[in-house]
Amino acid sequence: MSTTFFQACWRRKNVSVGLITVDIMTKVTLSILQVIIFAAIAPLVSGVIAKIKNNLRFRCGASIFQPYYNIAKLFAKEEVISETASWIFRATPFIVLASTITAAFMVPAFISGYKAGDLLLLVFLFSLGRFFLALSALDTGSSFGGMGSSREMFISSFAEPAAILSIFAISLNLGTTNLSAINSLYAIKFSTIIAAVSLFMVILAETSRIPIDNQETHLELTMIHEAMVLEYSGKSLALIELASYIKQVVFFSLMGTILLPAFLSCGLVNNFTVFAGYLAKLFVLCVLVSFIEVNLAKMRLFRAIDFFSFSFVLALIAIIMAALGV
Amino acid sequence: MANIFNLHLGFLHDGLSLFFLATILLISIPSGIYSLGYLKGHFSKGKILYNWFLFILFVVSMLLVVAVDNALVFLICWELMSLVSYFLVVFDEKSEKSQSAGTTYVVMTHIGTAFIMLAFLILYKHAGSFDFSVLKAASGTLSPTAKTLVFVFLLIGFGTKAGIVPLHIWLPQAHPQAPSHVSSLMSGVMIKTAIYGIIRFVIFILGVGSLWWGNLVLVLAAISCVVGVIYALMEHDLKKLLAYHSVENIGIILLGLGASMVFLKINLPVLAVFSLAAGLYHLINHAIFKGLLFLCAGSVYKATGTRNIEKLGGLIKKMPYTSAAFLVGAMAISAIPPLNGFVSEWLTLQAFFQGALVSTSGIKVFLSLCAVALALTSGLAAACFVKAFGVTFLAQPRGNKAKEAREVSFSMKLSMCILSILTFVFGLFSAIIFKNLLLISKSALGLKALDVNFSPNNLTLAAGNNALVSLPLVAFMLIAFIVAVVLIFIFAGKLQAKKYNTWDCGYYKLNPRNEYSATAFSKPFRIAFSFFLLPYKKTEKIRESFYHVKTFKYETFTTPVFGKYIYAPLLGIILGIARLMRRLQPGSIHLYISYIFVTIIALIMFMKKF
Repeated sequence: MSTTFFQACWRRKNVSVGLITVDIMTKVTLSILQVIIFAAIAPLVSGVIAKIKNNLRFRCGASIFQPYYNIAKLFAKEEVISETASWIFRATPFIVLASTITAAFMVPAFISGYKAGDLLLLVFLFSLGRFFLALSALDTGSSFGGMGSSREMFISSFAEPAAILSIFAISLNLGTTNLSAINSLYAIKFSTIIAAVSLFMVILAETSRIPIDNQETHLELTMIHEAMVLEYSGKSLALIELASYIKQVVFFSLMGTILLPAFLSCGLVNNFTVFAGYLAKLFVLCVLVSFIEVNLAKMRLFRAIDFFSFSFVLALIAIIMAALGV
Repeated sequence: MANIFNLHLGFLHDGLSLFFLATILLISIPSGIYSLGYLKGHFSKGKILYNWFLFILFVVSMLLVVAVDNALVFLICWELMSLVSYFLVVFDEKSEKSQSAGTTYVVMTHIGTAFIMLAFLILYKHAGSFDFSVLKAASGTLSPTAKTLVFVFLLIGFGTKAGIVPLHIWLPQAHPQAPSHVSSLMSGVMIKTAIYGIIRFVIFILGVGSLWWGNLVLVLAAISCVVGVIYALMEHDLKKLLAYHSVENIGIILLGLGASMVFLKINLPVLAVFSLAAGLYHLINHAIFKGLLFLCAGSVYKATGTRNIEKLGGLIKKMPYTSAAFLVGAMAISAIPPLNGFVSEWLTLQAFFQGALVSTSGIKVFLSLCAVALALTSGLAAACFVKAFGVTFLAQPRGNKAKEAREVSFSMKLSMCILSILTFVFGLFSAIIFKNLLLISKSALGLKALDVNFSPNNLTLAAGNNALVSLPLVAFMLIAFIVAVVLIFIFAGKLQAKKYNTWDCGYYKLNPRNEYSATAFSKPFRIAFSFFLLPYKKTEKIRESFYHVKTFKYETFTTPVFGKYIYAPLLGIILGIARLMRRLQPGSIHLYISYIFVTIIALIMFMKKF
């Protein structure tokens, strides 16, 4: 990248500083716009990943718009719920979607998200959705649900320390845990990249990707996320699916912003290329995830500890490097 | 030398004492209301009166502990509190468990008190008075060795009461045995008086001597929180599970405290104030949600007569209020926004982060690792409470008692409701509360003049950092989005759903035995932490013939590492010495007379010498 490009970004950055000072309504509107765009493109990301994976395996595969068709189909279908289930089961899809959207509200992707929380809050917001999803899985009294719930909590409780440590490493370089800080141009240090790799491993697990979970499988003994939502149908399932698509986009955006902050920091209204750059970042991440999914096998559940240990050690290295100022 | 019995009876009214007084009253009042309904029908009239007598004495003794301004009076109140709580632990004298739990408790707590006494005696010898003000003034001139000794004694003494690992051994035994409203007080408040002791005597009076004090507290705290939550995950007794979570949460509180001690020593007073305030915030939060959870556990026990969650299930339909209250408590303790547990864990994490940001390299990594311990703890705690809530309240009842459960009486519902509301209040209005806690923390650290920047609308941090969390906003967004989606569904006419059986793979109707049990739920954790839990299993086959197994029994256990490898050998040594000492007492009166004679001779010689 040439210096002129960075200069251009700096100039855009100045524009965005001006934007921040305009009234709060603009910010709220922009954030709502971001959430709507998130929700709109979220299924597409999954569709693209599925398509790339299929192409890598020399298959034709479904259209990249398949997730939209799925959601539309689910919305149209009648919902069946278990007799055993309580209000937790009914409320969970709404809570999961709301917590994901709240997270999406704050993440800086192509506009600086609304300042209501920081990176740490993001981790805990997703745990709100997960908590209810795990409860609803137990609610129906099916042993598959219990299995999924137990495994999900198992994996997430090991993912959390790695996530916090890599967030610490990234934030140490930034000087704050504030989400909008990753939105600004900063000199990327080597430790940030290592921490980002560690965070990426956590993201793979959180978005139920291979090698931790497999979205494609419905084999009872291996599925985790799918086992939790096994009893859901119709609109509720659509909401949960939508929430997990949005969650994926939120994580990918976060990842993209951490590694390549140069593409953003400007309002969508000002510059359309920012949005294009954002989409390009998403696409690169999609390709990366597809390659990982195609080339790796799903790990045994207890190997997940090794996976997270590796992620944890990477984050620790990043912390040490950050402490040394690298 | 002043007469030690010339007691000056005064009360403190600084921020720290007032804070603890408020915390104690905040939990005592709902517990008192709760006991109205809880004790009815459980015990005889006389027994209930006896309980009230002990309960009030217990609360008063706790209030005195945090209010008096004299170390000797403090000790007397401390002892009163310990003894009264002992009688409350063995209140249900029919149960044999409560007797042995009470014995463990009374022994452990007195070991702790002995160490506190030693520390006080060292201080008294130096200062010549038991008055806090005199002690504080004199502690400046205390030699470093004596200071260290006092610190270690105080840490052991108060650590025993607080339940720091490995001194926690009594806590999961004693707390569940007391009646539930007392458990809520013991877990919610009594162990916090030990934290008060540490803040008052180590930080306020003694002053932090060197950097390793803080580091030691941090390491112990990190171990306590992880060990506590791992044991809690393995537990199926609802109240015992909660008691282990007290060990965990004391660890989290001490993380804040230890960080504060470290920051004091590396010259970061603003952060020291901040992290002590974070610790205090978690203290009051834990008092609220643990009090709430114990009350809920008591309601479950009252309604079903069992505390074993494997035999419960499906209570959410029978006991809607209790289950809602338990859910609120479970979310709060799992640090889920926007409830109060999240606020204090976030603040503690921020304290570590801020510390890591400005400190030098070694401490940077150390503080980050403390944050990791906290993150692991909160992840595991969430798992544990998914288990506790899911297995107790969701799915179908797995026992007859759970099937016949009914919602508890009004007074019990009322007190659970009060505490549930408090968890929301302490989450949503955290900015105002934290501001006051900063003032308390400043006065406790003796840094009153310090200016800690603070924005009242959100939890903005000092030191030029603008990390913030605005929980009212988060809560508003969550509710707004939920309402929005629900409204869309209502307008689209999409809320109704058909009810049908849970999918059973097409075999036969599922029964409660097909459900995931607590043991099954915690199996991955048991395997992951097998290096520490040392699980083993017992299988038993009853055969009709060689080929036909009639019944098969399978039980899994985890080894209580601390009990088996630390306390059992220690107890063995003590009993061995006692056996040796017994030879001195063969029962012969002649021998005893000769003992008296020898003692008198020795005393005369001793007196002659001086």
